[in-house]
Amino acid sequence: MRNPSLLAPLAAGLVATPALAGTVSVQIPRVDVAEYHRPYVAIWLEPAAGGSPRTLAVWYDAKHRGEPGTKWLSELRGWWRVAGRAMAVLPEGLSGATRAPGQYAIPLPADLKPGAYTLKVEAARETGGRELVSVPITLPRGGGRAAGHGELGAVAVALP
Amino acid sequence: MSSSRLRLLLAGALLAGPMLAPAAAFAHRPWLLPSATSFSGEDPWVSVDAAVSNDLFFADHFPMQTAQIHVEAPDGAAGQIENAATGRYRSTFDVHLTRPGTWKIGTDSTMLTGSFVADGVAHRVGRRPGGPAGPGGPGGPGGPGGERPGGGKPEQGNGPAFAGPPVAAEDIPANATDIKLVEAISRNEIFVTSGQPTTGVFAPTGKGLELSPITHPDDLVAGEVAKFRFLIDGRPAAGLKLTIIPGGKRYRDAEGGFAVTTGADGVASITWPSAGMFWLNAVATDNHPAAPRATERRMSYTTTLEVMAP
Repeated sequence: MRNPSLLAPLAAGLVATPALAGTVSVQIPRVDVAEYHRPYVAIWLEPAAGGSPRTLAVWYDAKHRGEPGTKWLSELRGWWRVAGRAMAVLPEGLSGATRAPGQYAIPLPADLKPGAYTLKVEAARETGGRELVSVPITLPRGGGRAAGHGELGAVAVALP
Repeated sequence: MSSSRLRLLLAGALLAGPMLAPAAAFAHRPWLLPSATSFSGEDPWVSVDAAVSNDLFFADHFPMQTAQIHVEAPDGAAGQIENAATGRYRSTFDVHLTRPGTWKIGTDSTMLTGSFVADGVAHRVGRRPGGPAGPGGPGGPGGPGGERPGGGKPEQGNGPAFAGPPVAAEDIPANATDIKLVEAISRNEIFVTSGQPTTGVFAPTGKGLELSPITHPDDLVAGEVAKFRFLIDGRPAAGLKLTIIPGGKRYRDAEGGFAVTTGADGVASITWPSAGMFWLNAVATDNHPAAPRATERRMSYTTTLEVMAP
């Protein structure tokens, strides 16, 4: 992650949430396996009425054992299909390194228009599984929450 | 390829006459199986297996020859296969996807087959001995298929007896009679994409049976409907039957295939029952061959499609 302020752990109390925007929280669960690798994660918003998805964050290995880690971005197949493959280069401000198990928060962009959206969080782990969690929300007031079953824990959108 | 192998099989089927099942009932299926069809990253490669077999995608019969495999880059430029190797049952090769977009990889062959009579003796028409496959190639001397029907041996069973090896169409003697020539056009191609899918490689040639997809073939998801238009000589191929068979036959009882027929607009709507690799084939016959003296045209289109889980 090149911009630490975007993704500080909640527990540390460092979240800089814009006054009028909400916060997305994502839990990466601890997985008890012999060979554990931190998951690739994509977080994005899809307008319920259709339209372009908006990527909020992509966590991946920029350098993976000598190979550019972008090779495995397509394993986030939901995100890759709707947004990732259209990006010739990942925007600097959105991409960051993979995260250890824990709770993370990212701010919703302050310039989102009111309306219905689906927040999507997708995780894919090397030698592990893949999971997609969807949370319907309505801006500016209707947050929501959901939970994954394996690769993701609680996912929530808190609105002020 | 196997295109040559396929041609020989086709030739055998056509020459066997109405007593035998039509070529569509031929179970030996040519297939190209890409390692994946959608790639991310700065330096993607696709690895492809190529073979001819009954069950999909179980390589247990013949390898596809790689010499006639063409690669078309997203911008229309010719690409190349690399690291090609041919084993007993399967060939394999790589394509380095050096440019973003959708690539086409496969074979596109036209073959004249049939028979004629000269000086009271029936001859088979096929490729010229030592032609594209060459010695050691499928159907060639010492190659797999040499012992098969169409491989140059006299026909068994009820069919007519032919003298000698097949004669190339251009070598049919002037005094030949009872000339029966069939033009066989076979396409077998796969599509793989680096980054964003593009459509340049789908530009129709206007010749024979072609796929002109509406849904991008590298954007297929289980439970969704894909629409594919098929063209014959650039016009919609109405009423064309598509046979679609999922891979993994070895691990289930039923073949699991299904058929979809194109409408008047040449469009077939396919709902993918599951994720995985699917083999798609269509055959069409008409009386519009391009080759002089040919009276019938047989067209075959084959592709392998990757369907992702939702």
